[in-house]
Amino acid sequence: MIVASQLSKRYTGGYEALKDVSFEISAGAMVFITGHSGAGKTTLIKLMASIERPSSGSLVVNGQNLSALRRRALPYVRRHLGLIFQDQKLLFDRSALDNVMLPLQIAGLPRREAVRRAQAALDKVGLLAREKAMPIALSGGEQQRLAIARAVVNRPAVLIADEPTGNLDEASAAEIMNLFADFNRVGVTVVIATHDRHWVETSQPQVLQLDHGSLL
Amino acid sequence: MNAWLAQHRAALGAALRRLWATPLNTLLSLLVIAIALTLPAFGYVLLDNLRDMGGDPSGTQQMSLFLEVDASRKDVAEIESRLRQAASGKWRFVSKEEALKRLKSSEDMAEIVDSLPRNPLPDAFVVELTRTEPEALEVLRKEISGWPKVAHVQLDSAWIKRLDAFLKLARLALWMLAGIFGAGLVAVTFNTIRLQVMAQAAEIELARIIGATDAFIRRPFYYFGALQGGLGGLVAAGLVFGGMALLAAPVADLAALYGTQYALRAPGMGEVIALAGIGALLGWLGAQLSVSLSLRKFD
Repeated sequence: MIVASQLSKRYTGGYEALKDVSFEISAGAMVFITGHSGAGKTTLIKLMASIERPSSGSLVVNGQNLSALRRRALPYVRRHLGLIFQDQKLLFDRSALDNVMLPLQIAGLPRREAVRRAQAALDKVGLLAREKAMPIALSGGEQQRLAIARAVVNRPAVLIADEPTGNLDEASAAEIMNLFADFNRVGVTVVIATHDRHWVETSQPQVLQLDHGSLL
Repeated sequence: MNAWLAQHRAALGAALRRLWATPLNTLLSLLVIAIALTLPAFGYVLLDNLRDMGGDPSGTQQMSLFLEVDASRKDVAEIESRLRQAASGKWRFVSKEEALKRLKSSEDMAEIVDSLPRNPLPDAFVVELTRTEPEALEVLRKEISGWPKVAHVQLDSAWIKRLDAFLKLARLALWMLAGIFGAGLVAVTFNTIRLQVMAQAAEIELARIIGATDAFIRRPFYYFGALQGGLGGLVAAGLVFGGMALLAAPVADLAALYGTQYALRAPGMGEVIALAGIGALLGWLGAQLSVSLSLRKFD
């Protein structure tokens, strides 16, 4: 599903966030990317999410070589990925339902169909009752679940999450992790970057450990 | 196709909501755009009316062609055959006798005419020309002046020429005015859209990373610019109609002083639509420029 070979990312100014990283994530796997702050987790996530481009090496996600992709093709690749961000990136000027509908509107779904699927996604994360609530009225855990609903509403084959439990208490974090496990059980490839060793030890998934931009 | 339509409808809806969400801003922007469009539009309408006044009501021009006093019947026939070839339009022969009779019929002149020893008037042709362009008429006048036994060709076009020159100048000034105000409209839209892009930075950034195309992101702004410009055009049309209504009575009074009747011709439906269209086009242009520039920082 995701194959990286000799992947490097150098930022302008010369800082090398990733050095010569190679790995393979098979379809349906659940993978944790771990490491200290600044180890390159977020950079790797951004490369996989096609938000940033590799400086060298190749990265194939979902059959697409991201390093060779033309700019015009990027949006269509991104639509097949479910992204969850550390800061959630919710839109606070609209309801929970409208937040979840955004990817479907981008894909051009008719409104009625979009509402139906967005409600199904909200139901999946246990927020259907709060569909009309504004994000500001949701708790931290609920906001993260809302972000997950938005990520899965397009039924992506890959879910990529960057520190999804970063700002949550333990109970909320457990809920989130259980959700990821649920999606993984139905065949979705899940990649989670986290510095929280706790989850790695309890669920025993494939682990990519980064240290100063290199894979250990 | 359905998805395409749905996306355009969504973009239009989003643009309308944005207009509606900030009524005061929208109102002020519309007013600025309307004023920018009103001045050239009003000038255009006034010029249009002036041109109407300048042209003969029937759309024809008269040229008087006076023959030498000693011109014979044969000469008259010769001129007539030449006219047949040269001029497009109707003409009427006014013999010296007929001219004298007409002169006599006006009250004050009868006595004077009677005191004359012989008829001093020449034979004449009054030609009604279908062409009205001053340049063409002037060429024709010169040509006819050269014919034998033609004493004088009078084209009552001097004032038409002056009016035409004035209209040309006014039209040029109007175009310059329209250009300046059009640029103003583009600038107003540019700034409105720039502020919107800044206000929606979070949404734009998110939409991009979850797979929105450039077109998807730009579309609502284009609709917004075009809508704002188009609505501004309609408001401008309203202002023009208002101005015309205010001018109607004074213009009628002025016309009455000159012993004629004249009613200002108000712009028609087509012109109103054109005004809204121009507003929409300029608004779209402003949005296009603004979005292209503002979205660069998201790359």
